[in-house]
Amino acid sequence: MARYFAIFLTFARACLVRDMTFRANFILECLTSLGWMSMNLAFYLLVFTFTSEIGKGTGWSKEPFFAFVATGLIINSVVQAFFMPSAEELTEMVRTGGLDAVLVQPLDAQFLLSMHRVDFSALANGAVGVGLLAWAMSRMDSTPPAVAWLLYPLLLLCGVAILYGLVIMLAAATILMGRNQSLYDFWFYLTNFSRYPAEIYSGPWGGPLRMICTFVIPILLVVNVPARVIAQPFTGESWVGVACAVIAAVVALVVSRLVFQRALARYRSASS
Amino acid sequence: MSGSLEAVRPAGPLQGLRTWWTMLKICLEERLVYRGDFALGTLMRFLPIVTQVFLWTAVFGATSRGDIAGYTRNDIVAYYLLTMLTRAFSSMPGLASGIARSVRDGSVKKFLIQPVDYVSFLLAARVAHKLVYYAVAAIPFALVFFLCRSYFPPVPDATTIAAFLLSLALSFLLGFFMEVTLGMLGFWFMEVSSIVFGYMLVQYLLSGHMFPIDLLKGTPTGIAGVSLADVVHWLPFEYTAYFSSAVWLGKVKGAQLVSSLAIEAGWVVVMAVACRVAWWRGTRRYSAFGG
Repeated sequence: MARYFAIFLTFARACLVRDMTFRANFILECLTSLGWMSMNLAFYLLVFTFTSEIGKGTGWSKEPFFAFVATGLIINSVVQAFFMPSAEELTEMVRTGGLDAVLVQPLDAQFLLSMHRVDFSALANGAVGVGLLAWAMSRMDSTPPAVAWLLYPLLLLCGVAILYGLVIMLAAATILMGRNQSLYDFWFYLTNFSRYPAEIYSGPWGGPLRMICTFVIPILLVVNVPARVIAQPFTGESWVGVACAVIAAVVALVVSRLVFQRALARYRSASS
Repeated sequence: MSGSLEAVRPAGPLQGLRTWWTMLKICLEERLVYRGDFALGTLMRFLPIVTQVFLWTAVFGATSRGDIAGYTRNDIVAYYLLTMLTRAFSSMPGLASGIARSVRDGSVKKFLIQPVDYVSFLLAARVAHKLVYYAVAAIPFALVFFLCRSYFPPVPDATTIAAFLLSLALSFLLGFFMEVTLGMLGFWFMEVSSIVFGYMLVQYLLSGHMFPIDLLKGTPTGIAGVSLADVVHWLPFEYTAYFSSAVWLGKVKGAQLVSSLAIEAGWVVVMAVACRVAWWRGTRRYSAFGG
């Protein structure tokens, strides 16, 4: 484990050196990333000029909702920084045969394929997320209990683990299918469901969708559970959400590992 | 180099048409190679709209208002669906970055020596892309619109439909020329990805893709009596998503409809000229070496 951590630090250092070599580009990437996020925040501010909360009686008024958004920013920035850049390269590696070079390395293939590239500019959104969270929490009427603050980092990790599992399963699908750029678009479209509180998915269509996105593909647990713990009253029911998120994270990691191993076993080289 | 292109340009309109048709056929075949991936990608594009529908349903559920900026909940749902249709005409994925890449890697130089006009070739390729897209997307579009038919107001009169179709055609040309102009910045900057991303941000916000521009009518600009929506009205962006959808929903009528169509046509001409000027000036400063 220590060896893998040291190797990961070497990867991260190399990526940081590369980013700092092209500093102007790095700053531009940070700015464009922040621009995208600011635009979404502006949209939410606009929405709150027409309503006091998202969904009647849901408790997602302005400040709790921005705490929700901040939680999503933190989780997504970690995934975008540490896992997505490597996963995005996989499609071309499978198609061109570049994957062969990875498979002959004396290291775990999943580790190499999912963590060899780090995009530090993606962490800019996470930093803003922390600031936004501080702003939202300081303006809320009630302060979360100490247990909520203790659980929050753990639940953030669970959210990251669920998304990592999803990325790995999509990567496995890419290996099986040879080339499928749409699968990564699918990742973005799927995670889109996690951008809003689960309460908005109600009614004859929303109810089943909420069930699917909670228990089949647990995308709704990623942001909702940690955000709910700190931005909504902490009750006994909150523990059910916590348990679901922890179980979903463990299942996502285990299942994605198994699926990835099976996909690698069926990989046929495309190189000469 | 492009001066010599004039000498070998095909003579006569019939020959030109045949060249254009050949380019279209090549691009159609190229598009159909990865048709499975293409079809899957088309279906995926409906997913984000689902969250928008639920979000706005929750917003309307929490407020006592019957409408927001003149849009009922049904209008908003219909608006987002129509925006999907409009964007199917005006969005040009990969066009600007593809042009910039061809400048960077030197592949654009073949258009300087072949009797093929680069912008015409790009237009043929994009028409082919869109034809394949409409062929693939027609069924999911028809299905979604049929299932959501209760959200739509009654079908508008023939004049509105004609204006809607004209605005769609213009939005295609506007989107195309804007992206080509952007891509040709590659003659001046080696890497345009950040500029393209910045453009996409502005485009997404001000085109009405994110929300109806009417929601900005109450947003002040600092100038008395001028809202942000008024400013956006004079920019080209809203004509690539908001305008056509608003026309179908009857939000833009009469003299305003005519003047808006004129503004849209004006922007098409401006951007077509801009892209020609960029090509003309760019190829004069361009140098390529090797095979």
